[in-house]
Amino acid sequence: MADLSTVFAGIKSPNPFWLASAPPSNSGEQVHRAFEAGWGGAVWKTIGAPVLNVSNRYGAFHYGGQKMVGINNVELISDRPLDVNLREIAEVKRAWPDRALIVSAMVESNPDAWRQIVRQIEDTGADGIELNYGCPHGMSERGMGSAVGQVPEYCEQITSWVKNVATIPVIVKLTPNITNIVGPARGAVAGGADAISLINTLNSITAVNLDNFEISPNIGGKGGHGGFAGPAVKPIALNMLAAVASDEVIVRSGVPISGMGGISAWRDAAEFVLLGASSLQVCTAVMHYGFRIIDDLCDGLSNWMDSKQIESLNDIRGKSLSRLSAFQDLDLAFRAVARIDQEKCIQCNLCYVACNDTAHQCIDLHNAIGQVVPPGHDVRSNGKKEATVNRPRPVVREDDCVGCRLCHNVCPVEGCIEMVELPPSRPAVTWSELSHVRPDITQDWDAMKRYREETGIHIH
Amino acid sequence: MDREEVRPDPLAELLPALSDHEATLEANRCLFCFDAPCTHACPTHIDVPNFIKKIATGNLIGSASTILKSNLLGATCARVCPVQELCEGACVLGAEHRPITVGRLQRYSMDFASDKGLELIRPGNPTGKRVAIVGSGAAGLSCAGELRKLGHEVVVFDKRGLPGGLSTYGIIKLREPIEVALAEADMISSLGAHFEYERELGQNLDFKELQAEFDAIFLAVGLGWTPRLGIPGEELIVDGLAMIEQSKTDEKRVVVGDKVLVIGAGNTAVDCATIAKRLGARAVTMVYRRTECEMSAYDHEYDFVKAEGVRFKFLTQPVAVLHDGEKVVGLECRSMQLGELDESGRATPVPIEGSEFIIETDQIIKAIGQEKPALAALLGIDTIRGFLKVNEEFETNLPNVFAGGDCIRATGSASTVMAVQDGKMAADSIHKKLSLSSGG
Ligand SMILES: Cc1cc2nc3c(=O)[nH]c(=O)nc-3n(C[C@H](O)[C@H](O)[C@H](O)COP(=O)(O)OP(=O)(O)OC[C@H]3O[C@@H](n4cnc5c(N)ncnc54)[C@H](O)[C@@H]3O)c2cc1C
Ligand SMILES: Cc1cc2nc3c(=O)[nH]c(=O)nc-3n(C[C@H](O)[C@H](O)[C@H](O)COP(=O)(O)O)c2cc1C
Ligand code: SF4
Ligand code: SF4
Ligand code: SF4
Repeated sequence: MADLSTVFAGIKSPNPFWLASAPPSNSGEQVHRAFEAGWGGAVWKTIGAPVLNVSNRYGAFHYGGQKMVGINNVELISDRPLDVNLREIAEVKRAWPDRALIVSAMVESNPDAWRQIVRQIEDTGADGIELNYGCPHGMSERGMGSAVGQVPEYCEQITSWVKNVATIPVIVKLTPNITNIVGPARGAVAGGADAISLINTLNSITAVNLDNFEISPNIGGKGGHGGFAGPAVKPIALNMLAAVASDEVIVRSGVPISGMGGISAWRDAAEFVLLGASSLQVCTAVMHYGFRIIDDLCDGLSNWMDSKQIESLNDIRGKSLSRLSAFQDLDLAFRAVARIDQEKCIQCNLCYVACNDTAHQCIDLHNAIGQVVPPGHDVRSNGKKEATVNRPRPVVREDDCVGCRLCHNVCPVEGCIEMVELPPSRPAVTWSELSHVRPDITQDWDAMKRYREETGIHIH
Repeated sequence: MDREEVRPDPLAELLPALSDHEATLEANRCLFCFDAPCTHACPTHIDVPNFIKKIATGNLIGSASTILKSNLLGATCARVCPVQELCEGACVLGAEHRPITVGRLQRYSMDFASDKGLELIRPGNPTGKRVAIVGSGAAGLSCAGELRKLGHEVVVFDKRGLPGGLSTYGIIKLREPIEVALAEADMISSLGAHFEYERELGQNLDFKELQAEFDAIFLAVGLGWTPRLGIPGEELIVDGLAMIEQSKTDEKRVVVGDKVLVIGAGNTAVDCATIAKRLGARAVTMVYRRTECEMSAYDHEYDFVKAEGVRFKFLTQPVAVLHDGEKVVGLECRSMQLGELDESGRATPVPIEGSEFIIETDQIIKAIGQEKPALAALLGIDTIRGFLKVNEEFETNLPNVFAGGDCIRATGSASTVMAVQDGKMAADSIHKKLSLSSGG
């Protein structure tokens, strides 16, 4: 049985899964039940300045029959009185000494406000503080949340105010609403942060009502951008995690990163760990299905680790970071082509139409005796037998295939189209190397043509 | 017996309409195949992925239009098509999974269009050409609608009092309520086709006059009543087609025996057995000369009727009806064995000498097919094995006299959707020919 226990900036938890600071961790009663269900920790719903919430505050992005691929919200920080939150935090911590309990906070941007909230949090016995620099709506207009997270200098300054008074670990939670997330991450580290967490939600509008042209969801006839999270943001979160986790300044500082953004199953969790996350936070998936998903998160991760003989998360943390590369350092001679497993193919022809209409026109339809035939059928032909028995099969012309991978991506049958790696037909070379030895080809199509002819590169 | 109290109607439409939720889930499951096999398998080649995608996106007007573009009788077909042999049978998700329920999704869109009273098809600009259509079954209605879309004037003649042919009088209510067939005929009529009922070609409708008055004629007369068995006492046997008809138009008056025999093993025989069972017969047995391997009923129909509790007596040939006055008491039968293969590849049943035996019964229903169109000889139209003979363009040996539907179906199994396709293709041929003759 793999060891899932985690120590994050000195904070211990029996597994790496924490409720993210959000509605699931809004009250003592909820966090209590989450811990009963098996969650390793929780970051309390952000507390701080007084706020009022609105109705219809969660919008959703549904796609192709899948509900809530993403959730969008204009919820503010906790609207429950500060003293109630603080009392419940203390109670939960007393009842669950082995779980990680971190309190997210956001107050006016002045040292006194921060000093006060830090003291109040420490009095609860909580294990850590998370500074919410991410909230993209409502709070940012008041100079908090992402208004801080978008400016590295503010990140540094506020972090240092907090660090001056805090005795427990301080985690800085970053906003993804920025061109380069490494800047604020460095700011946080410069300000003395003990850890970083990412990502908060992305600016978004989920829908427009086609009946009355209102923004959906509508709040008294109006609506606006809200924070977007859930499965749809995972690729963005992974990229930001990788960028921060591989940044030399962050690496040198040694601060751990708590990863989040679209984690809904153990596979996602494993990917976050491989890209450098030390703990994992989850919000949307819990909002969709409840606390019970912790069972598969732990179970699935642990079974996968067992099957790979991985004993602890420390053994794999950041293991995939070494595989990150900028485009100009990729091997241009690497070659893969698509190959269809005819036994698995169900002949939906989605690969064919994708390749033919939008990629490189290198999938043909073959009849039973291997001749290339056009799509279509005789108007007088009908019935299941005629439609299925001699239905042409898609076959890749491997010589023409540029290996773009589109067909593989659209094929509905798992493992049916494989991208087969072929031995390279020319020596390995990267764009950096090439542009160094042959600068002309980066400037001039004729030079490029000569280079292609020399090396036998044909692109039809 | 008194069936007044039986609730609900034992013959009411079997499959419920899909709810919005079911339809959306199912539509989203469709892969949206390219050059899809379901479309190929559909005789009218409805763009199935396209109409299903439009259900998924909430474009039901577009979905219904996509269906109607290829098949004007989409509402009937959605209910009566043997989908297991057609679109659904060809679905790529069928092999390892559940095929998409294409028929029921089609019904969902067609119901939407009719519930909303949408007029999705428009007549074409008048061409001044006139076409007579004889028979208002699937083939006739489809041809009439397509010709109206092309702007030709159309008069549909039918010997019956209601339009729809077998959709109205022959397809059991479990599959299609009569209202659906009538509404579809109304839709064709609203396109501007004129209907004349109780006009029978060869009786009170003269072929020569039609030829003189119209630029072209489309014969879609279907087939006839059940043929004779040629056994003593046959006058006491119930014609299965008449019984089905009564079950559609006057269900309460259908007389069903206690111990019923159905002679035949095709889809119509299955329907008769189902009606008898559902309307109160204690035991229903289907009597067939050959074995279950040769029976012409679709597999899914055979499975269905077995589940209804109907029994089978194979390798059994009726010899004579035994009766006590007007009252049927038994059917004398003879055992058969399978002999050589006939031209259609089915084994020929051969009687076993001296094997006669009696099955006790109080009602015998025959459902052994339909008589070939008798009109051919009268009109001087060439036939092939009793069916009207047409060329690739659906034209008979008489110029400008076209035919389609069951009356030309000399090979393969007859179905509504095939008749719709015939009507559509014949309309195309008629249009081409009439356009040529007007020099345009
Ligand atoms: C009991 C039964 C059940 C069936 N169930 C199904 C099913 O579930 N699914 C399926 O796909 N197919 C089914 N079929 C087959 C299907 O009904 C036919 O293939 C289809 O109706 C053929 O259409 P049609 O227009 O060629 O002929 P018909 O529907 O038979 O229409 C012919 C029309 O011509 C009229 N007519 C005939 N002679 C004359 C004349 N001399 N003058 C004027 N009018 C005339 C008739 O009154 C009738 O209205 C079934 C058939 C039967 C008998
Ligand atoms: C409805 C909602 C409310 C949220 N409120 C907060 C909050 O108060 N403080 C905070 O730091 N993050 C908040 N978040 C962001 C989440 O903590 C988390 O960073 C984000 O949802 C990404 O994770 P996920 O994809 O698992 O949901 C909120 C998210 C949602 C959906
Ligand atoms: S997408 Fe996959 S299953 Fe569909 S035809 Fe192509 S290879 Fe076959
Ligand atoms: S018309 Fe019939 S065969 Fe064609 S798609 Fe519809 S249900 Fe299937
Ligand atoms: S074959 Fe099945 S999955 Fe493919 S388009 Fe047709 S109904 Fe949809």
